[in-house]
Amino acid sequence: MKFERYGMGIAKGMALTLKHLFRPPLTVQYPNEKLVRSKRIRGNELVWFPDRCTGCGTCTKACLQGNIILVTHHGEENKFIVDKFELDSGRCIFCGLCVESCPYDALAMGLEYECAKYRRGDTILDKEKLKLSDKHQPSAYFRPQFYAQLPEQSLLIYDRKEGGQKLTLFPLSKRKRGPGA
Amino acid sequence: MTLLDQFQKTLLASGLPDWAAYLVPALMGVILIVAVSLTLVIIFIWWERRLLGRFQLRLGPNRCGPEGILQPVATGLKLLLKEDIVPAKADKILHFLAPIVVFVPVLMIFAVVPVSDGAILANLNVGIIYVVAISSISTIGIFMAAWGSSNKFALISGMRTVAQMVSYELPVVLSLVGVVLVAGSFSMLSIVQSQSIPFILVMPLGCVIFFLGCLAEMNRSPFDLLEADSEIVAGYHTEYSGMKFAMFFMGEYGVALAYSTVITTLFLGGWSGPLLPPVIWFLIKVVLVFSFTVWMRATLPRLRVDQLMAFAWKGLLPMAVINLIIIAIEVLVVPASMLWVMVILNFAFAAALVLLWSRLFTLGGGRVEV
Repeated sequence: MKFERYGMGIAKGMALTLKHLFRPPLTVQYPNEKLVRSKRIRGNELVWFPDRCTGCGTCTKACLQGNIILVTHHGEENKFIVDKFELDSGRCIFCGLCVESCPYDALAMGLEYECAKYRRGDTILDKEKLKLSDKHQPSAYFRPQFYAQLPEQSLLIYDRKEGGQKLTLFPLSKRKRGPGA
Repeated sequence: MTLLDQFQKTLLASGLPDWAAYLVPALMGVILIVAVSLTLVIIFIWWERRLLGRFQLRLGPNRCGPEGILQPVATGLKLLLKEDIVPAKADKILHFLAPIVVFVPVLMIFAVVPVSDGAILANLNVGIIYVVAISSISTIGIFMAAWGSSNKFALISGMRTVAQMVSYELPVVLSLVGVVLVAGSFSMLSIVQSQSIPFILVMPLGCVIFFLGCLAEMNRSPFDLLEADSEIVAGYHTEYSGMKFAMFFMGEYGVALAYSTVITTLFLGGWSGPLLPPVIWFLIKVVLVFSFTVWMRATLPRLRVDQLMAFAWKGLLPMAVINLIIIAIEVLVVPASMLWVMVILNFAFAAALVLLWSRLFTLGGGRVEV
C-alpha cells in the first residue's frame, strides 16, 4: 500500500508551510534595514585619487559614453596638472571600463548605491566630489587592494533573542544554506 | 432563556412599556452583534495577511500601528475616498445592490451564533436551517454583481460561483444533518450543550466534509475559482471600486469569520472549555479554525473547474450520504450515554471511506477521474 496516494502529498505540503511559520522572515525592510553590499560592487560615483592621477586620459578614451571630461595643462617637469576632472553620473552606465583601463590605479568604483539627486545638475561630479571621503569609499572592483578592509557581504535575518525586535547581521559565510536554513 | 430575554424581563419588571421593553434589547443586541462582528472582520483581515506573510517567509503588513494592526483601517479609508466607477453598460441597479446583498446576509449569520451560554441574539429553534438559508443568499449577490457589471470575466466568475455554491451546498447540508441527528435539535444553543464530546471527534468525516464545503462556500483557496486572478482578473468584482469593493471584501472575510464561528459551534463544542471564560474559549476556537483556512490557503494550489465539480459530486457528496447513513444507524443503535462508541466507530469508518475514495480519485495518473 503506497501512502503517497492517500492525501500524503497534501500532508507533506501542509507540514512544509507549517515549518515556514517558525523560520525567520526573509524580508529586508529596505530604508530601515540594509544589507552589507558585495565587496566588488560597481557602485555609483567613482572614487578618484588625485595624487596617483597623471592626467593621461586613458579613462576618457575607455569611456563608452564619452562621459569623463579631463582638462590638463603642462606643469613642471613636463607633468600634466589636472584642471578639471568631471563626469556626469546621470549618464554613467557603471561599466567599470575607466577603472579597468587606468594604468595608475587612480580610479575605483564607489561603494555607494543611493545616489539619487533632486537636481539634474547635482549628478555632475567634479574633482572635489570625486575625492575619497568618509562617505565616498572605493569598492574592491578591479582593485583587490581594498578587498581586505571592506566588511563581509551579509544577508539580514531576524535574531529573535531580544524580544524579536533586535536585528542582527549574519555574514553570508555563516548562514546555513538549503532547506531549514 | 437567553441573556437578552432576561434583560427584557427586567425591563418589563421595571415598568417600561411593552414596546420599549421589546425594542431596546433587540436594538442593543443588533448593534452589539454588528459592531463586534465588523471589528472582528477587520482584525481577521489583518490576522490573515500577517499569518499568510509568515507562512510565505514574509513579514506581512507591519507599518500602520503596532504590528500593522491599523493596516485594514488604512485600506478602508483609502477605499472610502476612491472614486466609485460604474461601467457605462452596467445594469446600474444590480450593480448598486449587489454589494449590499452580499454583505448583509453575512452579518445576519452572527445572529444565531452562541458566544457563550445564553449569549445569542436569536435563539431560533431552527438555527442551523437559518444559517444554511441565509448563507446561500450571497450567491445571488455575487451573480448580481457579475451580471450587473456586464463584464465577461465577471460573468464567467458568476457562473462558476453559482455552480460551485450549488454543488457544495449539498455535502454541507448532508453533513449538518448528522450533527442534528446526534444533537437531536436544530437550535445552536442545544447543539453546543449536547456536545459532551466535541462533534469533531464524534463525526470526523462529517466535520471534514463540512469544513471543505464551507471553504468552497466562502470562496477561499483552494476553491477560490471565482476570483482566480490568473484566469479572470478579479472575478465578479472586476468592475467594482471604492466602497462597493470594500463591501465585497468585508463580505468575503465576514463569511470566513461566520463559517469559522459556525464550525466552532457545531463541531468544536462552541464556548465550552475548562478554566478560561466561555467567550475567550469561543474566540480561541474561531481563530484556530480561521488560521487553519489561512494555512490551507498558504499551501494548496487552486483547483481546476472540472476538479472542483468532480470533488463535490464524486467525492464529498457520496461520502456525506454514506456518513449520514452510518450516523443515523449509530444514533438508532448506540445509546446516547455511550458517545465514545460512536467516536471509535466513526474514526474507523472515516479512515475506510477516505482510503476508498482517494483510491478512486487516483486513477488516471493523479487526474481527478473515476
